Amino acid sequence: MKLGYSTYHYWRKSKSAITTTLCVLSALVAVVPLFLIFFYSLSQGIGSLNLNFFIKMPTPVGESGGGMANAIVGTGILIGLGSLLGLPVSIMTGIYLAEHKHGSFASIVRFLTDVLSGIPSIVVGVVAYIIVVLPMKHFSALAGGVALGILMIPTATRTTEEMMLLVPHTIREAALALGIPRWKVTLRVILPSALRGITTGILLALARAAGETAPLLFTALGNRFWSTDIGQPIAALSVFIYDYARAPFADWNRQAWAAAFVLIFLITIINVIFRFVTRGRYAGTGNGH
Amino acid sequence: MAHSASDIAAPVAQGSGGEAKMASPPGVFLRSQKRKSVNLGDTIFQSSTTFFAFLVFVLVFLMAYEMYRGSVPSIEKFGWSFLTREIWDPVQDEYGALVFIFGTVVSSIVALTFALPLSIGVAVFLSELAPGWIEKPMSFLIELLAAIPSIVYGLWGVFVLVPWLRVSVEPVLSRNLKFLPFFTGPSYGFGMLAAGIILAIMVLPIITSISRDVLKAIPTAQREAALALGATRWETTRIVLSDAKSGLLGATLLGLGRAVGETMAVTMVIGNRPEISASLLAPGYTMASVIANEFTEATSDMYVSSLIEIALILFVLTVLLNAAARLIVWSVTKKFKNA
Repeated sequence: MKLGYSTYHYWRKSKSAITTTLCVLSALVAVVPLFLIFFYSLSQGIGSLNLNFFIKMPTPVGESGGGMANAIVGTGILIGLGSLLGLPVSIMTGIYLAEHKHGSFASIVRFLTDVLSGIPSIVVGVVAYIIVVLPMKHFSALAGGVALGILMIPTATRTTEEMMLLVPHTIREAALALGIPRWKVTLRVILPSALRGITTGILLALARAAGETAPLLFTALGNRFWSTDIGQPIAALSVFIYDYARAPFADWNRQAWAAAFVLIFLITIINVIFRFVTRGRYAGTGNGH
Repeated sequence: MAHSASDIAAPVAQGSGGEAKMASPPGVFLRSQKRKSVNLGDTIFQSSTTFFAFLVFVLVFLMAYEMYRGSVPSIEKFGWSFLTREIWDPVQDEYGALVFIFGTVVSSIVALTFALPLSIGVAVFLSELAPGWIEKPMSFLIELLAAIPSIVYGLWGVFVLVPWLRVSVEPVLSRNLKFLPFFTGPSYGFGMLAAGIILAIMVLPIITSISRDVLKAIPTAQREAALALGATRWETTRIVLSDAKSGLLGATLLGLGRAVGETMAVTMVIGNRPEISASLLAPGYTMASVIANEFTEATSDMYVSSLIEIALILFVLTVLLNAAARLIVWSVTKKFKNA
């Protein structure tokens, strides 16, 4: 009797030890390849990076050397257009969501932004094609900007909302008690306190947009020449990676890695900043959010 | 304008001052009080934020409507049979989505087969086992990996994963597992298996980070109670896992939604051949990758319309998956927040 109990006891103990080991092992199995990809891309990219990459134009097919100056500018313009279209909507919607925390329309909109964030970027590209490229009858930077703008909305909206909610309620109450109208409290008191978090959150959305490729394939299209005209096709780093990865020239493959490095670097830096800025914001103020 | 009335009403109430509001008998000045409390700036600010929120609301429906309009020619010509036709022939102008639906479903299933057990394992490790100094940086890196663009995973897939599969993995699989229909045919490297693996790597961070959040939302009292009753670590974890069941389902659905819509990385490694094959070593094609590859080349109106219809199917599918997942995750975290 006593022996049976103790065998069972050891069986339970060892089962626990086995499954714990399995969990640690799965963590290793899952995480090691992820880190390998990350550091492989970084090391390949940094070896391929040089000054020409930033200041030279792409060379004709088969010629080595050259860079992606036009694509760097192009990605910048696309992100600029996207922000111009997407950010005002996102910030205002974010404010609305934060002000109407429990409103039923706010809940619907919150739910829709979540759903919107799950819609594949290529589908957003198709929509931008239908509403911009078809009426204009040609591919353009503007169409790419519309696609990126739509893609920014979920992240930017939810960041604005969350950062505003992080501001302690007591600050809002104090301002209202002074007789300041609500809109002024929101714009002049709450928003400035949340600004640091919102800005880095938006940077995060921009960095993500910079890596988007699928929605640009048939909107901005890509361009091997210098163009800053938003009515014309424009080059983008991500589209260049796609084209150069499939090209049979070692030098183009090398440049694809360089472009990938630039994107990863950008995203990592912004993520680190975001982590740093939002860490411990208003922790312990007993806000209850 | 709605606020002009309050402008007129305001001077009337002004004489009574702010304190009068409280003193006034209920019901008598109710209307004017209500008006007065609405400041003009508030009205403008309120209505403009509401307008933009409404814009987001409209946007989602506008997207669906525009895609529906774009796919009307194809819907009229092929009807529901579009979903079940295996043909994809731009020369004859005959289209059907079955091959691509098959590719999307199979690559997603392969991805989840690899990713799901691993992600849950990592999530348990992060939330139940790992000490803070491992958990925090590891969680951060996993979130960072979820932000790496699809195109970078694709680049890695083309230059590292595909050659490795072609030389070291696929020959071994086809030699030793010949009796299974999944591992027959020549080893290209490019194919369904490569797509499934790259998708698994990409959805792993998403499923892991949401599962970890769900597990962390389970009250500590639950674990303490189990431990106090003499449960081992694994038995405690099992109780936590069964509490978190529906949340984990939500996390899985979100990962599935991501896998279904993932475009660039898959397009670069799947081989892009519109054929249905039982073998995972054979090239395939997904809904997202056919749009990425053929949209700019589509010459006839019917061709474009069919591609837009595929986008519409993808849209509906991902909206359903995400809506279900969000509702589940919401209800779970809400339940434990209130508890």
